[in-house]
Amino acid sequence: MAFSRRMLIAAGAAVIGMAGLMGTAQAWEPNKPIDFVIMAGKGGGADKMARLMQAIVEEESMSPKPLIPVNKAGGSGAEALVALNTAGDPDHTIMVTLNSFFTTPLRQPGLGVDIMEFAPVGRMAEDTFLLWVHKDEGISTFEEFIEEAKSRGDGWVMGGTGKNSEDNIITDFLNNNYDLSIKYIPYKGGGAVAKDLAGQQIDSSVNNPSEALGFYESGDLIPLVAFTDERLPMFPDVPTAKEKGADFSYYMQRAVVGAPGMSEDALAFYQGLFNNVYGSDKWQKYMSDKSLQGDKLDGDDLKNYWQTQRDRHEEILKASGAIK
Amino acid sequence: MRRAELVTAVILSLLSIYIMWKSGQSAWGDGWGESIRYIEGEGPGSGFWPFWLAVGMLGSCIWVIVNWVRKASPPSRSEERFLDNYGIMMLLKVGGGVTAFIGLIHFIGMYGAMTVFLIYYLAFLGRHNWLTTLSIAIGAPIVTFFFFDVAMRIVLPKGYLEPLFLPLYDIFL
Amino acid sequence: MDVLFLLLDGVIACLEPLNLMLIVIGVTVGLFIGAMPGLGSVNGVAILLPATFLVPPTSAMIFLAAIYYGAMYGGAISSITLGIPGASTAVATTFDGRPLALSGRANQALVTAAIASFVGGTFANLLFTGFAPPLASVALSFGPPEIFALMLLAFATFVGLGGDDIPKTIFSICFGLALAAVGFDVISGEPRLIFMDITGFMHGINFLVLAIGVYGIGEMLWTINSTRDDITMTGAEITVRNVMNAAKKSVGAWRGTAIGSGLGFFVGILPAAGATPGSLMAYGVTKMTAKNPEQYGKGSINGVAAPEAANNSASTGAMLPMVTLGIPGSPTTAVLLGGMVIWGLQPGPRLFTDQPDFVWPLVGSFYVSNFIAVLVNLAFIPLFLWMLKMPFTILAPVIFTLSVVGGYAATQDMHDVWLMLIFGLGAFLLRILDYPLAPAGLAIVLGPIAEPTLRQSLLLSDGDPMIFFDRPIAGPITIIALVLIFLPLFKLIFDRIRKKT
Repeated sequence: MAFSRRMLIAAGAAVIGMAGLMGTAQAWEPNKPIDFVIMAGKGGGADKMARLMQAIVEEESMSPKPLIPVNKAGGSGAEALVALNTAGDPDHTIMVTLNSFFTTPLRQPGLGVDIMEFAPVGRMAEDTFLLWVHKDEGISTFEEFIEEAKSRGDGWVMGGTGKNSEDNIITDFLNNNYDLSIKYIPYKGGGAVAKDLAGQQIDSSVNNPSEALGFYESGDLIPLVAFTDERLPMFPDVPTAKEKGADFSYYMQRAVVGAPGMSEDALAFYQGLFNNVYGSDKWQKYMSDKSLQGDKLDGDDLKNYWQTQRDRHEEILKASGAIK
Repeated sequence: MRRAELVTAVILSLLSIYIMWKSGQSAWGDGWGESIRYIEGEGPGSGFWPFWLAVGMLGSCIWVIVNWVRKASPPSRSEERFLDNYGIMMLLKVGGGVTAFIGLIHFIGMYGAMTVFLIYYLAFLGRHNWLTTLSIAIGAPIVTFFFFDVAMRIVLPKGYLEPLFLPLYDIFL
Repeated sequence: MDVLFLLLDGVIACLEPLNLMLIVIGVTVGLFIGAMPGLGSVNGVAILLPATFLVPPTSAMIFLAAIYYGAMYGGAISSITLGIPGASTAVATTFDGRPLALSGRANQALVTAAIASFVGGTFANLLFTGFAPPLASVALSFGPPEIFALMLLAFATFVGLGGDDIPKTIFSICFGLALAAVGFDVISGEPRLIFMDITGFMHGINFLVLAIGVYGIGEMLWTINSTRDDITMTGAEITVRNVMNAAKKSVGAWRGTAIGSGLGFFVGILPAAGATPGSLMAYGVTKMTAKNPEQYGKGSINGVAAPEAANNSASTGAMLPMVTLGIPGSPTTAVLLGGMVIWGLQPGPRLFTDQPDFVWPLVGSFYVSNFIAVLVNLAFIPLFLWMLKMPFTILAPVIFTLSVVGGYAATQDMHDVWLMLIFGLGAFLLRILDYPLAPAGLAIVLGPIAEPTLRQSLLLSDGDPMIFFDRPIAGPITIIALVLIFLPLFKLIFDRIRKKT
């Protein structure tokens, strides 16, 4: 299928080329709707963010052709990565990614995906992680949490999104660093985790602020520690793990990437487009409302960031035994 | 019908065995059968349910075969033909038509294939006059384009006909 | 009393010209999106989300809620007229809606579906208005073991659904559940059952792919084969009086409507469950408790009313965890939630108190949308009936085309279109040999909810299955489900013994 698509694009390009529409000095612009692949299912954090970006692009008419969101959640993002890798028209295919962008190719080398080949359109933000417990637990500090979790052994249950995912990595860190044996239960999405924590089906979570915010404001959930380098402006009283003496911070990348093989001109167009999105009032408000961190990165800076992140995840996954 | 009942049961048994085998395969490259174990203190592995469900499928196929031997179910007693001549021709013409329709999408896209299929069905199978045929075969893709591509923003595949749509994108999207 | 005033304010806000216009447009658009096989409320809401920037947030939300309502009504239309469930919530509607249409009573089925939907929606609105906060805490008390127990109960109500051939029914259930497992295992994070290593299987097998294949292609082939092309679907004259008569007769469906409204709402408010299990259970329970269960599946109006009342009631119910907890109860509410975030609102437990100016017009719009949806739906019934009057050789290719387009639109992957064709051709052949396929359809809907919750529960309990029995809510549900599942088996054994002696 990929084969025939590629052929038809070649044929299409040839037709246009002959008509003399291409090759003018004008800057590259998309000439058909842009496939906007979302590496997660409908309604998740990445999906909400992607639809917000799409809405901003649409509202401010930033792009001559619309972004068409397509959810490809299969196989922890494996499906989306393969779809981009084999995209028939890389100039019209971009994707919203999260950290499974690093972990999935490491865990499934058979996919034949090299993330360094993807086009670095832009990192839009880094999402943060906090440790949450229910207010009825009677715990208000990180130290009390350690004590309580230790005394309950594997009776202490942490819920999180997916196996060997971001939430799992943080749980492993807590277990290894503080000599705990917290039991980790994978869920399909962060919303379900927050709901089950609010209903005390589980004992703690490491939700992103956007997932737990509603229950935090109602007072049901209490943040104990932030896995960031500095305290978050939204939670000034919550200490960081670093303050607690652990050299550990962990973020979720929220980035847009282009399909491998995207032309320089197209890449420049998308970089400009998402620069505009990043600068828009709506995006800035969203970032501060949801306690998102991180500056805009693109081009080589973004590639360097990917390289460090991939190496780091390789290390983490090796340490946890998820890969050999 | 009697022979078809047996052949179908055997084919479905083979499908069940394939699913059983596939459930035992691990994506992480562990040995066969690792994923179908019941892990102590954790519950079933990833292939546990599919494996035992496939066993259930195989079991019911064997049950169907037993019923066949005992002539206990209506199809295993039936002397009728599974598909008579009309049925076979219908399956070839209609089923084949739909298959060709889907195959053509890869080449001439959803809109081209739709037009060809509607002309084929309406004019040759339905024996409608050309006025009816062409008005539906041309009207349907136009309505579909405005409903899906323009209003719903679901871009249907265009195949080699994509260049023809570029001006339409410029106008409507 | 405060609630009533707030609600009244909300309803008045909806009657402002802009909002009212948006409701009418939203409901109509939703009706057509819902009636299109392959497209459901989730597509409508997701796609029109960006368009809502043109109006203030409250109006935008009202518009999207109107689409949601319209789509819920629309789902029944393709189930009845085309025999293809337009969305998973309308599967159960085909069981009796289709036979009614084939026997020339499509108008009766459509009218009953519309009225039952209206009653279900209204019932749910009243509960929503009066008891949202306490009901939200009920939703929170349902953890993985409770949800699994509920899924077991949903299966149990459907034991009697299969055909007479027991092994073929078991095959169908196991096959559906196995298909539901294809793709990705949440608990181990492992891809599984990727047949022939085709990446298209990674996203699993969508219910719609199976349903459109089986009902759209398989059933059509079967109908052409068994009727020898000699068929017209309905003979009913379309007059106002006919519709009125049908409306009067719908009173006879009060039992299905009542069961559907109640059960649907309750199942709908549970975030993991949603409208589909709700409508399936409503159908099962209505059939189980009927005086004449053998009528079901052959054209009972109660069989149409129950799932339709339930899916509307459940859809409103699914809004409850969204508004009160900020937790989506279904994919559609997940997208609506995304919309609220985009408009700068913080969904969650404090929304009701912090944003009354937003919440009450929204609640008011549920009432207004529901009312307008039933009117719009009734008004369009003649159009749908007129479609059915076309010669079958025109209708058939149009249905095939809709199936292919709808199969593609559902996941936007050609892989799924081929899969749909394979299911369709397979279903045609199996249908001749009396393999029932409805159980496979149910299994593929319930399986993806049942399996992860089962395994999460077992993780919680260190692998001890007693967790389903010793929790206060899960326990009774599990026991009732098991009794229902084994009841027919006991009956069978008992009958055999009695026959022998």
